[in-house]
Amino acid sequence: MAEVIAVGDLDDTAQVGGAAEAHTPGPEDEFGIHAGHHTNTGISNEKLAMWLFLGSECLLFGGLISTYLLYKNRPGALLFKDAAKGARAGSPVRISELFDIPFTSVSSFVLLASSLTMVFAVLAAARNQESRLRLWLGATAALGAVFVGGQVYEFTSFVKEGLGYTSNVSTSAFYTLTGFHGVHVTLGIIMLLTCLAMTFRARKASPEAVEIVGLYWHFVDVIWILIFTIVYLIP
Amino acid sequence: MAVIEADTTQLALPTAPKPTKPLGIFARPVATKGWKSWLFSVDHKRIGIMYGVASMSFFAIGGSEALLIRTQLARPGQKLLSAALYNQVFTMHGVTMIFLVVMPLFAAFANYLIPLQIGARDVAFPRLNAFSFWCYLFGGLFLNSSWFLGGGADGGWFNYAPNSSVTFSPGHGIDFYTLGLLITGIASTVGAVNLIITVMNLRAPGMTYMRMPVFTWMTFINQFLLLFALPPITVALFLLMFDRLFGANFFNAALGGDPLLWQHLFWLFGHPEVYIMVLPAFGMVSEILPVFSRKPIFGYPFMVASGVAIGFMGFGVWAHHMFASGMGPVSVTAFSLSTMFIAVPTGVKILNWMATIYGGRLKMTAAMMFALALIPLFTIGGLSGVTHAFAPADTQQTDTYYIVAHFHYVLFGGSFFVLLGGFYFWWPKIFGFMLDEKLGKWHFWLTFIGFNLTFGPMHMLGLQGMSRRIFTYSEGQGFDLWNFVATIGAYIIAISVIVFLVNCWVSYRRHKANPVNPGPDPWDARTLEWSIPSPTPEHNFDYVPQIEELDDFWHRKYGHDEQGRPVKIADAADIAQKGDAKNVHLPSPSYWPIVVSAGLPFIAYGLIFNLGWAILGSILLAGGVWGWVIEPSTAPASEHPHDDSGHGDEPDGSADAAAAELPAAEREEAPVG
Repeated sequence: MAEVIAVGDLDDTAQVGGAAEAHTPGPEDEFGIHAGHHTNTGISNEKLAMWLFLGSECLLFGGLISTYLLYKNRPGALLFKDAAKGARAGSPVRISELFDIPFTSVSSFVLLASSLTMVFAVLAAARNQESRLRLWLGATAALGAVFVGGQVYEFTSFVKEGLGYTSNVSTSAFYTLTGFHGVHVTLGIIMLLTCLAMTFRARKASPEAVEIVGLYWHFVDVIWILIFTIVYLIP
Repeated sequence: MAVIEADTTQLALPTAPKPTKPLGIFARPVATKGWKSWLFSVDHKRIGIMYGVASMSFFAIGGSEALLIRTQLARPGQKLLSAALYNQVFTMHGVTMIFLVVMPLFAAFANYLIPLQIGARDVAFPRLNAFSFWCYLFGGLFLNSSWFLGGGADGGWFNYAPNSSVTFSPGHGIDFYTLGLLITGIASTVGAVNLIITVMNLRAPGMTYMRMPVFTWMTFINQFLLLFALPPITVALFLLMFDRLFGANFFNAALGGDPLLWQHLFWLFGHPEVYIMVLPAFGMVSEILPVFSRKPIFGYPFMVASGVAIGFMGFGVWAHHMFASGMGPVSVTAFSLSTMFIAVPTGVKILNWMATIYGGRLKMTAAMMFALALIPLFTIGGLSGVTHAFAPADTQQTDTYYIVAHFHYVLFGGSFFVLLGGFYFWWPKIFGFMLDEKLGKWHFWLTFIGFNLTFGPMHMLGLQGMSRRIFTYSEGQGFDLWNFVATIGAYIIAISVIVFLVNCWVSYRRHKANPVNPGPDPWDARTLEWSIPSPTPEHNFDYVPQIEELDDFWHRKYGHDEQGRPVKIADAADIAQKGDAKNVHLPSPSYWPIVVSAGLPFIAYGLIFNLGWAILGSILLAGGVWGWVIEPSTAPASEHPHDDSGHGDEPDGSADAAAAELPAAEREEAPVG
């Protein structure tokens, strides 16, 4: 510790504890003991893990979005005439002709609003306000559930129109992309509910755990902004 | 009496059963000896050893498949394997060697060595580390179980669409391929996150990035490659799986599905994968050569920077695997140029290694010989690689044995030779006894000769026009001689493997009969892992070392005279740690990693055969995750692993210095694991 050779040597900052303390809000923060474990970067292992995981996820969604872009106007998507039953029977279809933009805009707005409530939840956790934490965690999970419900409704209506998962290349790509996103939201809801349930138990989710769930939640929202723009809004 | 007992159980059930088992419904595993201590271990050293044993077992399987291939091709018109079986054998040979041997062998060394090289007590997430290993093992077993359940995958390791569709491959082999690789992909992703954080967060004081050993650096870069290269193949595997199992149309050409989509997604993973399999080898060479040349690595910053450059550029060259696909002149030119450029950082490394050994006092141990062999062999493979970069030449070479020769020179001549050298080099540190040098040299020469006999002639076969992946050829095509030579070479390699196993056994027996501890530093080495006793004590370091420069341990042993020659100032045995620290608080073993990962193959079997299995797997998975989440990652308090009388799971703030250094991660997030 006596020697400081390299500029930007993060070890030294971590040793004096400056960086570590920034992440452990209150003195009474009984769960922050480990969050304050000194690490070279000053960021806890768990939070860094979530960032890396999300970095990896970017490429997962990148691949799925590319697949959809490749296939949305494929000849097969246009010419597979027998796909649509009912009113549209016999006419060329692709999945984007069925989009209900106003409906999806509303459910996108619901999901975006859940990012705001998530911020309130993280704030309440940091300030140790238990009842507010419960309120905002519950609100976030509920908004997420509304979004997933909207997606289920959307999928069923498309299938009723005659465009199922196996109809053509554009439907396969669409359901896979949005389905992967829906599963991500659902896992996020499970995490939120777990945090919520833990507020009623002796061993609570630490403020940092709530923050990490928040990171995930915001990421899923950002991905939805991309999907909504690229898939729904760009013709 | 009985009534009272019944009463207590009733009372105890709804809440935690006993105060001595905080939160978990089950007690923690406590075995320190026997198979249980391995099954539930979260110790990075044990996990590293298990990775090594498992991947060498898969090596035996993949090697047998290679011998089958070579026996089939020894003479024209052989009938040992049918065309269909041959397809399965070469596919499974490739998949096994890449995903179940070379990658996990590097994971073995990375797991064992990285914490030791950066001065840490364990990796950042010990339980996730165990989870990675079990995912890999179960994924590998799942993949190989296809042999007994209708036959292996038969589409080549790259598994091009639409050849991989149900129409052309109606068996279950390719389903095993997609699901098996998804499971091992989880292992690699989790492992990558874990090791990146270990390097970023757990370095000993003073161990700055530019003081890290080159092996740690290269493996660190490697984990980023894994982290960003695996998602594209995950997407590709999911799309193929949905095509085959649920009737999606991604690769259904009749409906406009595009086979090139698979190729792009696959090679966007597949090319970084090539560097994933060779960067750690570069790191290991950079550890072994300086030790046996008694010189520091030449141009350390350039070594690091060229590794980073390879990592970045590795993502920009993938389409050179697709020059024959007709993707258009612009793409071909761009990828041709980028492929030529990536030879530059690799060339920097080759030059630096040669400058490292230049003028050194070379000590030709078996480890050194294996490491030295990388330089010519990888250069040959690299040069034939540059010939592929020229698209007109490549269209002639594509799908010939010239390609087979090329990638075996880089992967076997490059990676696997160094891995064998790594065994000889780090064996005393890991197991506490030396491997026999004389047998080691036999091992080296047999491998070296066998390797060149096998793969050297393939250059000629390829240029003569022999295709890859054909199960036989006819007389008079001019392929007879070199195929026969290659088969002889393959059997020599097989003998060399037996020599290696004999060496392990003989050296072990000798050690048992007359135990001689090699001491902490048998090679007079440079990095931190040699400053602790051999074999490594369970807690790694008695105290956390303070690092002052690159090759810190070496500089504690040697000063310089006026001419700059090293002068011994201290004995390794004197300055090495004693390994006798007591009461070091270590991460506790856990049942959950193996339980959670055991769920995955069941889900996969369920998707292929009967969803009932998937339900069982999901229960294992969900139950395991639940048990994992409510179990604190370290047993309570800073005393001993179990039977704690304290009330809660909060380690008290007054943890002693040793416990404060504990890198153990707490409360891993369920979704990550």
